[in-house]
Amino acid sequence: MTLNESLFKYSLRLGDTSLILAQRLSEWTGHGPFLEEDLALTNITLDLFGRAKSLLEYAGKVEGKGRTEDQLAFFRTDREFFNALITEQANGDYAKTIIRQACIDCFDLLFYSELAKSKDNTLAGIAQKSVKEITYHKRHSFSWVIRFGNGTDESKQRLKKGFEEIWEYTGELFEMNAVDEVLIKEGIAVDLSTLKTNWTKEISELLQSAHLTMPEGTYMHTGSRKGLHGEQLGLILAEMQSLPRMHPEAKW
Amino acid sequence: METVNFENVFEAKLAKNDFIEPKDWMPENYRKHLIRQISQHAHSEIVGMLPEGNWISRAPSLRAKLVLLAKVQDEGGHGLYLYTAAESLGTSRDEMLDALLTGKAKYSSIFNYPTLSWADVGAIGWLVDGAAIMNQVMLQRSSYGPYSRAMVRICKEESFHQRQGYEIMTHLAFGTPAQKEMAQDALNRWWYPTLMMFGPPDRESPNSENALKWRIKRETNDELRQRFVNQTVIQAEYLGIEIPDKNLKWNEARKAYDFSEPDWSEFKNVIKGNGPCNKERLLARNKAHHEGEWVREAAAAYGKKLQENKIAA
Repeated sequence: MTLNESLFKYSLRLGDTSLILAQRLSEWTGHGPFLEEDLALTNITLDLFGRAKSLLEYAGKVEGKGRTEDQLAFFRTDREFFNALITEQANGDYAKTIIRQACIDCFDLLFYSELAKSKDNTLAGIAQKSVKEITYHKRHSFSWVIRFGNGTDESKQRLKKGFEEIWEYTGELFEMNAVDEVLIKEGIAVDLSTLKTNWTKEISELLQSAHLTMPEGTYMHTGSRKGLHGEQLGLILAEMQSLPRMHPEAKW
Repeated sequence: METVNFENVFEAKLAKNDFIEPKDWMPENYRKHLIRQISQHAHSEIVGMLPEGNWISRAPSLRAKLVLLAKVQDEGGHGLYLYTAAESLGTSRDEMLDALLTGKAKYSSIFNYPTLSWADVGAIGWLVDGAAIMNQVMLQRSSYGPYSRAMVRICKEESFHQRQGYEIMTHLAFGTPAQKEMAQDALNRWWYPTLMMFGPPDRESPNSENALKWRIKRETNDELRQRFVNQTVIQAEYLGIEIPDKNLKWNEARKAYDFSEPDWSEFKNVIKGNGPCNKERLLARNKAHHEGEWVREAAAAYGKKLQENKIAA
């Protein structure tokens, strides 16, 4: 794989992951558990859409075929999306949304802190901005995990259940393929294997403060690096892309 | 004797255009009127998140998505300031929410109409927010301090929203034939409900008289409605779409447009709960509130534990 192809796919992977997570989180806007929390989660959603926009815009530039961020977001099929599987999972209740967010925020802070040192200036710039945002996101999701774990019996049960549902999608975050190999050599991509120890440590400490334990030896799902997703992504895209696809000539 | 003095002070403040502040004495009717008006306004912001929220997942560009999400979030923020302003009059958020969720409290009827196309998001920004601004600009000078100050902030954001709505309409009106048709259809459906937003005609408006006397309101429903029509006609002309009113005509003598009144029986019907989306809106609010209950309980329980540990330590 050429450097350019790898960089294109890498930017898509990061952009799609932000985009699909934001699309999921935005389902909460106007329906949050209380007003202040509705506003807080929407802030996070806005950051993620903003990041997706920058990354997909860059992917389009790298590809060099004149595709804009909107063409990439609204005119690709699910087989051409590289978002991590964890992002497309249904929100479930607020506990599941929050614990999924905590797992991703923890990963993202480690990841983007490293990407901020990338030799690719655009990715480094996007990462530097993202680190500031993710620091806040992580504080938000972690504090809710602790609140749920120490709140009521119900909140603890829901947190536990939510965690069990998303755990098997966390392994994929650390998967690498030929894209990573090419870009790591050039000092552009982050070697994901270096993040796993810290991530596992932080998440197990978080679970401990929420009186939950880390599951052992669970099977981990895989596929998104090859554009293989669950059934949910097709539905997310059908909804998200409906209007531009119905009016492909239109500008909005 | 003392009451009379308080009343004199209150009247004197009104006469001098001074603000009434939460700790000042105020007539009970003034307080009640304000609680009703401010909490209805807050509810309108919160329920207003739903029709536009309906298009967040389908906004047709990433930029449009960001703008719409931020707008819906602003509305939540407005709800928050307004609930706080109403609380300063001695009611609580729980009481107000309870009134909303049980259907006792009113909110702006406009949000009981459905958003059927992306153009409706534009039309809401352009027309509904435009009408809201017309009402709210006047409320920035309302006599109750906290309300007036909340309105200053809200008005600034609302004018952004209106511009963003008009921008959507511009893209559509100058876009493909299908887009233009979408814009016209949205104008057709939103025009009369928007005119209803100014409330019943002056000849039958039960709450206006006191509101004007107390400077909670400063212009009548009909005056505001007329001003809105005058302003909007030229905007529709620029877009090249037609206001659905055969009687719309410039009246040189009045220096204003003549226009058809909305169907007031429809207005009354929607207020009674028979609008296209009244039930859905209340159900959606109730569902979110009910499903959020365990979250609020968990937060409260955790807060309490922290407090107890602090005391123990």
